[in-house]
Amino acid sequence: MSACVQDAPLPHRPAARPPAGGGWTGEPLRLAALLAPAAAVFAAFFLLPLVRLIVIGAGGAEGWSAYLTTLAAPGHLDSLISTLALSAGVTAVTLAVSTVAGLFLVRNQFPGHALLVALLTFPLAFPGVVIGFMVIMLAGRQGLIGTVTQALGAGKLVFAYSMAGLFLGYVYFSIPRVILTVMAAAEKLDPRLEEAARSLGASSWRVVADVILPALKPALISAGALCFATSMGAFGTAFTLATRINVLPMTIYTEFTLQANIAAAAALSVLLGLITWAALAVARSVAGTSVAAAG
Amino acid sequence: MRDLSHRRGWGFWLQLGFTLLVCALLTVPMAMSMLAGLTANYFVGLKSGLTLHWVEEVWRVYSGTILLSLQIAVACLASTLLLGVPAAYALARRPGRVARLVEELLMMPVAIPGLATALALIVTYGGVGDLRSSWLFILIGHVLFTLPFMVRAVLAVMGAIDLTTLEEGAASLGAGFLRRFATVVLPNCRSGILAGSLMVLTLSVGEFNLTWLLHTPLTKTLPVGLADSYASLRIEIGSAYTLVFFLMIVPSLILMQGLAKRGRPSV
Repeated sequence: MSACVQDAPLPHRPAARPPAGGGWTGEPLRLAALLAPAAAVFAAFFLLPLVRLIVIGAGGAEGWSAYLTTLAAPGHLDSLISTLALSAGVTAVTLAVSTVAGLFLVRNQFPGHALLVALLTFPLAFPGVVIGFMVIMLAGRQGLIGTVTQALGAGKLVFAYSMAGLFLGYVYFSIPRVILTVMAAAEKLDPRLEEAARSLGASSWRVVADVILPALKPALISAGALCFATSMGAFGTAFTLATRINVLPMTIYTEFTLQANIAAAAALSVLLGLITWAALAVARSVAGTSVAAAG
Repeated sequence: MRDLSHRRGWGFWLQLGFTLLVCALLTVPMAMSMLAGLTANYFVGLKSGLTLHWVEEVWRVYSGTILLSLQIAVACLASTLLLGVPAAYALARRPGRVARLVEELLMMPVAIPGLATALALIVTYGGVGDLRSSWLFILIGHVLFTLPFMVRAVLAVMGAIDLTTLEEGAASLGAGFLRRFATVVLPNCRSGILAGSLMVLTLSVGEFNLTWLLHTPLTKTLPVGLADSYASLRIEIGSAYTLVFFLMIVPSLILMQGLAKRGRPSV
């Protein structure tokens, strides 16, 4: 399909390919040579190790069925289920919060608008460990929330070192990225659609529900899948908060370092990689249209 | 963007309040941690006075991790520039199914958790020579993880400019490939290369998922040291250390936001 797109003369860009000759001979060879270093590093340090990891996962006496046995082990299955539930919950909450805030920021101008956007997108590149520390600052033993609840006489509320703290951390981590995606998509909406709906007498809520949200759907699905995948695979936040939190990355880490059960760690990593990779593949295929529109 | 200020109802104020609350959730802990890093005794509070004592303490104990992180980030940037820019050019010049496939493959280290990539590297190369105990082992992981961001950023700019026509013009004037690449292609992709470079530096300095498994006691990076200090030291030191980390990544974050803003109207 790509070949026909390339060969068909595009209406606005006539005769893209020059006749062969002059400086253009041997071009495919040159392009291959330019790609080669990256491809070699990638094959040697990523593809080969990944294949080895997959093989090690099936390394025991049971062979490939070791994957099923590893997964079925009680601790592992619990861990997988709780990680899936946590990630789904984080995705739902982050999407809801970020859509409200992102739409509001695109549809309203007010003093301090630029500063607010800058602050909301600032934690974008924080690593998981720092996010974990932010959660400790909010909900830890000396945290803000505990201090406030104690002052109110409700006792010291501390939840940083548990699944709830991890939930807060992943929402914290995902909000900036999802807000950016929502804003980028909302800025590209055709205002005429909304005006048409309004002129036909639609209320604000109907406009949001019937015009804006459907138009944002590809962006929301893609941002949601990214959020889900990062929540599944992230490690730093859980590591900072508590090593006993039962999520899959922590289970893999414990199997590898404390139990020295490399086969199980490998099998679980492969499984985790498959889940996150599939989630992101869904995101890309759905976002294909919206990315093209954004280009 | 429309200004609906002439009819700001309760809906506006409700949404503004909500957005400010979200903003507070993100920024209050940041401010608290920065302040805690400068407070003499966090448990007592601000009245114990402000001090740089904890920052000095962090430098005394952890300066090695900070320098190693900078070293790895610069080496990682050099590697991703050398590997990624030519690769992006090759992918941009021959768009098609093969290029799509190569791009998908190169993105995999971002799609797969760093923990899995690190495990794969350890089981494959952990026993090769002194690699396991060298900082180069961490560098390999960082290059794998950041390369997709460099390729993406450069590819985005190359896709937006008409590379073929620009190069044809130069070629018709007799410029050979190296000359065209250095004087036509690279200058036209400046913004993409800059955006990619900032991203690579920021991600490398903050990388933890891969690094935690790849590091050894002699190759501790900044985030590894951070995890260490959060787990075992008093909250003021963890905070001061976090403050140092913020100071390191803030310049590139601000530059990135500026770049994104400048890029937006032209799109």
